[in-house]
Amino acid sequence: MGWLLPVLVATPAAGALLLALWPRADADRVGPLVGVVVSAAAALVSVVAAVVAWGREGMRLESEAAWIPSLDVWWRAGVDGISLPLVLLTTLLTLLCMVALLRGEGPGLGSERSLVALLLLLETGVIGTFVALDLVLFFVFFEIVLVPMWFVIAIWGDPKDPAGRRRAATTFLLLTVIGSALMLVGFLLVHTYAGSFDMLELAANGGLGMSTQVQLLAAVAIGLGFAVKAPMWPLHIWLPDAHAKAPTVGSVLLAGVLLKMGTYGFVRIWVPIVPEGARALAPYLACLAAVGIVYGSLACLAQTDLKRLVAYSSVGHMGFVLLGIATLTPVGLNGALVANIAHGLITGLLFFLAGALKDRHGSAELATIGRGLYARSPRLAAILAVAAIASLGLPGLAGFWGEMLTLLGAFDPAAGLPRGVFLACMVAGGVGAVVTAAYFVHVVRRVCQGEPSELDLAEERPQAEASTRELATWSPLVGLTVLLGLAPGLLLAVTDPAVQVLLGAGS
Amino acid sequence: MTSVQTIDWLAIAPPLLVAVVAVLVLVVDAFTVGTRWRAAGAVSLAGLLVAGVLAVPLVGERRETFCLPAEAGSACSFVVDELTLAFWFVVLLGTAATVLLSAVGSIDERVPTGEHHFLLLCSAAGALSIAAARDLATLVIALELVSLPAFALVGLKRGDRRSAEAALKFFLVSVVATAVMLYGISLVYGTTGTMHLQGIQEALAEGVEASAVLAVGVVLTLFGLLFKVAAVPLHGWVPDTYVGAPPAVAAYLSVVSKAAGLVGLLVILSQGVGEYGEVWGPILAVVAALTMTVGNVLAIRQRHAVRLLAWSSVAQSGFMLAPMAIVADPRAEVSSAAVDAVFVYLLIYAVVNLGAFAVVAAMARHRPAGAIADYQGLVRRSPWAGVGLAFALLCLAGLPPGVIGLFAKLVVFQAVVDGGLGWLAVVMAVNVAIGLAYYVRWIAVVLGPVGDDAEAPVVHPAVGTAIGATLAAAVALSAAPSVVLGLLG
Repeated sequence: MGWLLPVLVATPAAGALLLALWPRADADRVGPLVGVVVSAAAALVSVVAAVVAWGREGMRLESEAAWIPSLDVWWRAGVDGISLPLVLLTTLLTLLCMVALLRGEGPGLGSERSLVALLLLLETGVIGTFVALDLVLFFVFFEIVLVPMWFVIAIWGDPKDPAGRRRAATTFLLLTVIGSALMLVGFLLVHTYAGSFDMLELAANGGLGMSTQVQLLAAVAIGLGFAVKAPMWPLHIWLPDAHAKAPTVGSVLLAGVLLKMGTYGFVRIWVPIVPEGARALAPYLACLAAVGIVYGSLACLAQTDLKRLVAYSSVGHMGFVLLGIATLTPVGLNGALVANIAHGLITGLLFFLAGALKDRHGSAELATIGRGLYARSPRLAAILAVAAIASLGLPGLAGFWGEMLTLLGAFDPAAGLPRGVFLACMVAGGVGAVVTAAYFVHVVRRVCQGEPSELDLAEERPQAEASTRELATWSPLVGLTVLLGLAPGLLLAVTDPAVQVLLGAGS
Repeated sequence: MTSVQTIDWLAIAPPLLVAVVAVLVLVVDAFTVGTRWRAAGAVSLAGLLVAGVLAVPLVGERRETFCLPAEAGSACSFVVDELTLAFWFVVLLGTAATVLLSAVGSIDERVPTGEHHFLLLCSAAGALSIAAARDLATLVIALELVSLPAFALVGLKRGDRRSAEAALKFFLVSVVATAVMLYGISLVYGTTGTMHLQGIQEALAEGVEASAVLAVGVVLTLFGLLFKVAAVPLHGWVPDTYVGAPPAVAAYLSVVSKAAGLVGLLVILSQGVGEYGEVWGPILAVVAALTMTVGNVLAIRQRHAVRLLAWSSVAQSGFMLAPMAIVADPRAEVSSAAVDAVFVYLLIYAVVNLGAFAVVAAMARHRPAGAIADYQGLVRRSPWAGVGLAFALLCLAGLPPGVIGLFAKLVVFQAVVDGGLGWLAVVMAVNVAIGLAYYVRWIAVVLGPVGDDAEAPVVHPAVGTAIGATLAAAVALSAAPSVVLGLLG
């Protein structure tokens, strides 16, 4: 079954190529349709991969072939419990985005063919990143997503602000590239001393051949690359603008899967391959993660735009993920992986909803959206309420378990890490969670509840209820959020064995 | 010294043939009327092709000629080895592309065709010679053979004052650099008593008395070559010269002339003054860092296509200079990896930069002002030119789908990290991002919606061939990077 992952990576790319070569006349009309078919095919392949690999020990579906022997670069791919849920999340969210594009997502998007082709290319990059087991291959896939995302934001972003969307796209691109170029330097440093790009071999050797100083340097360089992507405070500065200016599908994929490439890199590469460096830097990562949680939630308080609000809440949520990773314990890492998936589902949903509201009202400003959404479009409002409550981490929904486990991990970090620091981070994380909760409750009260003013009910205001297509797009995310909230064991049963292997090899 | 030397005619055949064809072009041009570019271009291309064929039997062996007698150390002035052949390939390729691009300049009749091709091939003969030169005198003569026709090439546009000014500026800076280089060579000769690189290497290994003088001599010698590759602080001539010259000549300067400087540097550093690596290594590392940073930062502001490519080519020089700083590393595998990295980067840069210049040459006829804004929506007006330019720029930036550009950068990064220059790798990482800022802006213009100018540029078939060939090469290499990266190691 080794061919399954190459097929999975190639499917969206082939779809993108097909669209690029499609005869001109009806390309924009068939574009989204081709997108749905191709991404559904990719989703199907990923489900087959999941059936084969779910819950099994170790790497599955491995494939290996020499790519550039002179540089010691190989095609090496495989999935385990760490990457598999992320692959599924990616194919699911891409498919939903394609469905959302089917009838034209909002007015005036235009040239759907190019948009769909770019999103498919993006999907190839993300899946490739999650299945790559060679550092250079990982790097190449990591970079593939950049140019498509730049175009998605710069061309299909906020139609009212061409200069702003271009600036947001470029900031995103440049910061990420500085990070990933430094990450490449780190990879090469590893190769110089440990003599391999093979991620499994390097992880099994746990830093063999690298002195503590080399590991520290490599961990800083590699960590910076992932920290920009994740993003970690204070390197998050590209994120709010990119989210606010991106089109809905761009925001969904950016938050839902692109950010995960950073945290996944921390788990897959940073922790096991440069273990001593990671150990030395873990307390700093924890502190910055805690600052991110508090900062993200405080920044939420100052937002009046729903998309920016969700973007800042992402900084906080990713702070929890990073805190979990920094503990270097099975509990913390499992928490981080669960929080990763939960964030992808919930924030993806929130961005779909924010985008839907923005399309209806022309702006995602809370004041423009008005009050009393329950009365005006009850189904939309109900789903928004569920998503907001899931995002604030209510027990019983997916957001709760990840955050609880990471805080639990911080309570008892790995041996040798300064416990006092982690306890302080845990307290800060708890405070941040409370502030976020306060603000999401406020949003629900402000937008969903209350009496619609006469202005809100005026004839010329769009009152459109969620369409069937929108409900079809959102309901899988709602369903999974509830499912993971009620039975987190489903996910933990997959991640835990892989995490145990990962940490067992490092020590 | 009375004995008549035997000359290995096969080894010197390629540069010799190119020089002969240069004269032939002049003659052919004098006797043709009408479609002048076609005759001169065809003869030039045929000559370059035959030169390439003549080089084929040399593959895999080391040929030496113009050697000293055995009692004088048997050092040779002209050596054809792997490195030489590799650079010959780039020079022949680059010159052939330049001939194709010259079709545009010849059409508006302001560039005299015969003279243009004569000068071009003379300069190319110099570039071929420099890759085989193994003594300082041959090296300087070959370098001047590259430069002197190049001044004329830049200033050949009839009645164009900007072109004349560009040529003069280029000439003056070059003369100063050559003078400094000759002074350095005289110091090296004075302290070691030999011009041959092999002899210098031996003298350095044994140790010389006036080592401080020698160190100064070595650094000054490198000066003239750093001018050729447009390294900071000898980069000032680049933008004005490129903008003033016809696009074909700018392409030639940015690829072939630069390759000549690079191979000269490589040969001197790795086969001559390696012993003094601790003197020039750090200097070169700093020069490389400055070159890429200055080039990139100044490129950001440019609104003119050729000026932007000029600064970008300065920045790219910085990436090629970076591994030079470690070519004298005592670890053999590190130093040979550094030499390979320079070559691989140069080869990939040559292909994609020629691709970019080919599109610029096509557009120069359509909109002579050459503003980047003129490229608005090019991909919809002229799909091949648009795609060709966008892909070339992506490769120059080093981002997928321009995979081959990414690997060019990766090879250089690896050499630098292996050589222990971590700080330089960090500077390079930051520069990758700065470079991306302006490449991606231009790409966005090319791929964006059509603006006021919806007219498709008329692409001359010769230029179209150059665009198609470079695009095909770049795409093929991106799909199978091991073709070129297999040359490593």
